[in-house]
Amino acid sequence: MRNFLRLILGVILLGGITGWSVTTPRPLTGADVPARAGDPVNGEAVFWAAGCAACHAAPEAEGEARLVLAGGRAFASDFGTFYAPNISPDATAGIGGWRERDFLNAVMRGVSPEGQHYYPAFPYGSYGRANVEDIQDLWAFLQTLPADATPSRAHDVGFPFSIRRALGAWKRLYQDDDWVMAGDLEPELDRGRYLVEALGHCTECHTARTALGGLRRDLWLMGAPNPSGDGRIPDITPARLTWSPSDIANYLRDGFTPDFDVVSGSMVEVVGSLSNLPDADRAAIAAYLRALP
Amino acid sequence: MKKIYMGLVAAALALPFGTAAFSDSDNPYAAHLAARQGQMRIQAFNIGVLVRMARGEAEYDAAAAQTAASNLAAISQMDGRAYWPEGSDNAALGDATRALPAIWQDMAGFGGAWGAFGTAATGMDAVAGDGLAALQGAIGPLGQSCAACHRTYQQSNN
Repeated sequence: MRNFLRLILGVILLGGITGWSVTTPRPLTGADVPARAGDPVNGEAVFWAAGCAACHAAPEAEGEARLVLAGGRAFASDFGTFYAPNISPDATAGIGGWRERDFLNAVMRGVSPEGQHYYPAFPYGSYGRANVEDIQDLWAFLQTLPADATPSRAHDVGFPFSIRRALGAWKRLYQDDDWVMAGDLEPELDRGRYLVEALGHCTECHTARTALGGLRRDLWLMGAPNPSGDGRIPDITPARLTWSPSDIANYLRDGFTPDFDVVSGSMVEVVGSLSNLPDADRAAIAAYLRALP
Repeated sequence: MKKIYMGLVAAALALPFGTAAFSDSDNPYAAHLAARQGQMRIQAFNIGVLVRMARGEAEYDAAAAQTAASNLAAISQMDGRAYWPEGSDNAALGDATRALPAIWQDMAGFGGAWGAFGTAATGMDAVAGDGLAALQGAIGPLGQSCAACHRTYQQSNN
């Protein structure tokens, strides 16, 4: 299987001029970015909805320490182990030297300030659906957080996945900013779709992937193997998640299931983030999940 | 003929044992798992009394809250080490348990997490009868003590 993947990636890599063009990073243009000052107050709400701390806080950080985005948490995958980088405002170890546009390109296009592709362990595939104003606000909020000098750790990814240029082809195959729940929705459902499909990036864990790590939109939120090897990420469509909307909203606030079991595994961090949102946002997420086919 | 017949009988007898994963009869820790899971259900029942009041789903009742909190505090002081033997993890026993091997790789950390539940449960016990606001103030740390342990030591399924 691994050899087969290597072959496929090899073919993509050796596609010559076509391949070079296909794999070129596509950053945002000036027309994509409104000229406005970011609002750090809304940025904090975006921060919790997007779950930044769940990955970028230091390992084991709790409480206020989750606002120190020193990085270092490990994420196992079929392609290697990824380490969340330092995204604190430290000018050397973090992203203190970035401009707003650098940040928007990183979050929404998965492109670094040097023009390299990021690995999709960073869920830019979901964040690409966000409103650019929200990500500007998030950038403004991140400036207010403490700097930390811990250097980022290099990812442990073997050949050929270590060739970042090939991720351009991955993006061509899988990056799709269209909503999965298509169409015009009433306001609560629309907000729920935004939180689930864009900022909350729920689908990054709850949807199964192809052999090359692309999300199976046809199996949207229907559960997936846990990349850490610990059990299975559950199906949260109405076929399997039979909780009422208020059961779901309560769980996302205080972590208790309808029979008062408690949240476990990596979902603990997710609830730790979503518990900071207003009640209406958790209700919107619940409405979206109940409206899935 | 008789030999073939006996062979079929043997095969038929062997089949369920060969294909079943872990039944209670061949799980040496079935009683241990039942004790652990039973204890967790009792904890969940008592926490449920408090969480429903904290959420506003049930009317605040000082006596009922105090009883639930005292039960949790009492459970938190039990010595349950006898029903957490090494080898009773989900890697060894499959779906019969969600206890991760991490418990036995880091027994000090597991003990510390149980101690943190004890602190939170004792804190709840001290204030549960003092009104809804006091209960609501203590429910967050209590829930977080549950989640902190489950995050590291329990296979996720919710």
